Formats: sequence, C-alpha cells, structure tokens
Amino acid sequence: MAKQYEFRSKGLPYLLILPQMIVVFLFFFWPSAQAIWQSFFLQDPFGGRVIFVGFENYQKLFADPDYWASFRVSVAFAAAITISAMTIALFLAIQTNKKIRFGSFYKTMMIWPYAVATMVAGVLWLFMFNPNIGVVAWLLKYKLGINWDYLLNSNQAFLLLTIAASWKQISYNFVFFLAGLQSVPLPLVEAAAIDGAGPVKRFWTIIFPLLSPTTFYLLVMNLVYGFFETFPIVHQVTAGGPGKATQILVYKVWRDGVVNLDLGGSSAQSVILMIMVIALTVVQFRFIERKVTY
Amino acid sequence: MIEQRKSAKAFPHIMLWISILIIIFPIYFVFVASTRTSAEILAAPMPIYPGPHLIENYGRALTEGAKNLGASAFTMMKNSFIMAMGISIGKIVVSLLAAFAIVFFNFPGRKFCFWAIFITLMLPVEVRIMPTYKVISDLGMINTYAGLILPMIVSATAVFLFRQFFMSVPREIAEASQIDGASSMQFFRRILVPMTRTPIAAMFVIQFIYGWNQYLWPLLITTKQEYYTLLIGINRMLSGADVMIEWQIVMATVLLALIPPVLVVIIMQKQFVAGMTDTEK
Repeated sequence: MAKQYEFRSKGLPYLLILPQMIVVFLFFFWPSAQAIWQSFFLQDPFGGRVIFVGFENYQKLFADPDYWASFRVSVAFAAAITISAMTIALFLAIQTNKKIRFGSFYKTMMIWPYAVATMVAGVLWLFMFNPNIGVVAWLLKYKLGINWDYLLNSNQAFLLLTIAASWKQISYNFVFFLAGLQSVPLPLVEAAAIDGAGPVKRFWTIIFPLLSPTTFYLLVMNLVYGFFETFPIVHQVTAGGPGKATQILVYKVWRDGVVNLDLGGSSAQSVILMIMVIALTVVQFRFIERKVTY
Repeated sequence: MIEQRKSAKAFPHIMLWISILIIIFPIYFVFVASTRTSAEILAAPMPIYPGPHLIENYGRALTEGAKNLGASAFTMMKNSFIMAMGISIGKIVVSLLAAFAIVFFNFPGRKFCFWAIFITLMLPVEVRIMPTYKVISDLGMINTYAGLILPMIVSATAVFLFRQFFMSVPREIAEASQIDGASSMQFFRRILVPMTRTPIAAMFVIQFIYGWNQYLWPLLITTKQEYYTLLIGINRMLSGADVMIEWQIVMATVLLALIPPVLVVIIMQKQFVAGMTDTEK
C-alpha cells in the first residue's frame, strides 16, 4: 500500500489530542488506578487511619456469602434480560421485515423506548406494580387472587426488575436485528424457497446463520447492560431488596462505597468488575476480528 | 416476501400491535395519573381514563415541584438539558480533535494514545464510581455543571466513529488543500468537519440521550436542589412512604423527563439508527 498523505507538524497533533487525553487520564486511568490502590487498604471511614492489608479485602469478599449471592443474582438477572430482550426483539424485527404495510410506522414504534431512561423505565413499571396503588397489582391481587407484593417476595421483585429492564432493552436489540435482517440477500432466500424450504427451515438454515455476527454483538452488549447498566432500575424499584435478594454487583459496589463507606471493599469489587468488562471487551473484539462463522 | 397466504399476511400486524400496546401501556397509566389528584391515585385502583387536573398538575410540577422536593421541574429540565448538551457537544468536539490527530498526523506516541483511548471503550462509570467521585471532589466540582459533564465525556465510541469516517476520506483532498495553501486546521474546519456532518448528527442523537438519561453520576454529585436533574428529582420525590408521595406531580415529572429524548429519537430516527449500527463495527 502506498504511503498515506499526512500533515507535518511537531506540536499540533499533541495539542489536538490533549483534551481527550486529559479526560481519559483524569476520569479513567487515575480513578482506575485509585480503585486498584485502595483495594489493598483498609480505611477508617471517618478519615484518618489507612492500613495496608494486601489482598485481605479480596479474601474477605470471596469468603462473604453475600458477595456470592450478589454474584449469582447478577448472572441470573443479566441472563434473564439477555434472553428475553433478544428473543422478543428478534421476533419483532422479523415481523417488521416482512415488507408489510405501515412498516416504517411499526419501526418507529419499536425504536422509541430506547430514549426512555433506564431509571424512568423502572418508575413506569413500579407505578403499575406498586402493591398499594398499582393498577396491575390491584388486578393481580383482587381479580386473580395472586398474593402480589414485590417488596416482600423476592421472586416477584426479580421478575418485575427483569420485565422493566427488558422492556427498555428490546428497542436497542430491535434496531440491530432489523439492520441485520435487511442485509440478508433476498436471492439466497428465494432460491431456498424454490428448492422447497419452508419459512422455518429458511430461517434456521439461511437467515439465522447470516445474523450470527449481530447476535453475538448483541449478546455481549446485553450482558454488559444487564450487569452494569441496570443500576438505576434496581436502585429505584427494589433498592436491592427484599433483604438483599436483588442486590446486583453494581448495586453492592454503590451501597458498600457510598452508604456503608467501606472504601477498600468497594474498591476491590470495582476492580473485579473492571476485569469482567475488560474480559468481555476482549472476547468481543477477538470475535469481530474473525468476522464470525459463515 | 415469498408465500402470500391470507392468514400469514395478518399475523405480523397482530403481533406488532400487541407489542405496541405493551410498549405504550405503562406510559398511558403514567399519563392518566398525571391528570388525577393524589387522593384518586391512592384510592386504588385509580380510574383508567384521564381526569381533569392536567393543567393544574403540570403547572405545579413545572413551577414548584412536589412538597417534599424543593426543586421545580423547570429548573430540573434546565439542568438535564445543560448536562445532555454539555456531554454531547463536549464529547463530539474532543473526539473530533483526537480522531483528526490520530488519522491525519504521524507523531511519536500515536499508538500509545490510540490504545489509551481504546481501552476506555466499554468500561461504564458504574464500575469506578468511588474513585471518580473522589477526583471530582478533590477538584471542587461537587454540585457544578463541570462535575456533572466532564467525567461523562470519557468514552472511545465517538473517537472510533470519527476515526473510521476520517480514514475513508480520500487523502488527495488533504493534499490538495495543502497545495492550495490551507493550513491543517483550515482543512479541518472548512473541509473535514463539514464532510463529517452525518456522523456528527448521529453521534449527537446518541450522546444527547445518554446525557439526558444519566442517573448514577448525578445521584452522587448533586446534593443541592438547584443542581438536581429530572431523574434525581423523581428519585427524591419517590423516597418515603407511599401515602406521602404526591404521585400526580411525580408522574407529570416522569412524562417531562421522558418526552424530550423520545422526540429527539423520533425526529432524528434515520441518523440515530445509522449512528448506532455504525459504532458497532
């Protein structure tokens, strides 16, 4: 390849990239380094004494049944959101992609919930399912005889959080699945139809494999969303409760750091979360580089 | 597409309408609540059609807010707007400059800068809240717009989108502008940025929504009412016992928080979809 034309200047490129580097270092590398540093110390919440404790914060964490419970509920929550939001979105994208009338109207109607804040999504569902005043809660209780109270029943709390979080995530998945479906070459599908493959067979043997890059990308993004970006819903709807039943990892970091002022423990949790995100990112990029199966 | 049976034709419409109803359903109840009185909502179940108190409730929400809050929705909307605009414009400007440097210049340390930015790609602020909070408090930025905005500007997605676009710009244009006597910054301002307007618009939509919908960060660093954003205000109004909550005001505020970003997405849907699916690659 021929050498690309480049501007020549000694100082200018540094000046141009400086603002980005300042924010990256001040608000990313410095805090991350701090988190790692602090995770090796035990701090007196009222200021003053700081004691180096090595890996004790981590050991305490791994020995803490609360932490493992939080870990389990996070995995379950992320998995529940990923499965429900992706399946529903794929189904709706397939329906919208059938070249039906009002297609663009349907598309708009499916996309706009993306703009609803995660926290607001929580409030919308909380209001309907509030055991005292919610309309749906009233229906469940007095018309269907279900003993609905997500503030006491941890399965119900989990279910409500999953519904609210998935409700919001469907539109994101929908956008990508629809874009993916629209790029499936039609002649391929038609050829299969002529050869006698029915709609279901066509989907599984042609369309779904062609969608696999999109599906994989969304899988990672939905897991990241479920793990890390659902803090607002949990904070607003259940506050990790009842008890600690819906205390996901991100919520625990916040509670231990901000409420319980356990800086060392909270930092150790931050470090573990960072490692998890970095691992997910690496997996994602290695996969994209290989440009997936077909 | 291929088969055209009658029943097959109706099926997608039915399924899509069901899902549209499910999508709209919670928002409809929020709207109904925002037109009712507190007593009507507390006497569960609340009526399922709108009441006559729409103007009264929104008027109160906008001018004074709920009794237990001490901030009006007008002030909070202003704060949410400043935060959203600050984050989106700040991120776009900073990223354009960085991408310009990385693509159009060759300088020692370019690789290092690229990787330093790259590594921030997916790490959400949620995982490093405490130390970031400490940086902001050391800088004296608690309860300031700068404190609300600056840490949110860290993200590689915009740099990557612009970098990708810049790499597709034919280098002959840059070379020709140099021969015509334009400086590199003149090329950037007069030629490159205008060429980039579509990705910039896409990035603006995505970042505006991201900024408007920030929750954890403002929750940490706004302790004074005059800096509350809408979402923080809603959270504060909802803390406390159910009977103490002025649901009609909360629900009016919820709709005020929901409408601006939704309008942005609907109006700029094309740029939004293009922007989302482009950042992926």
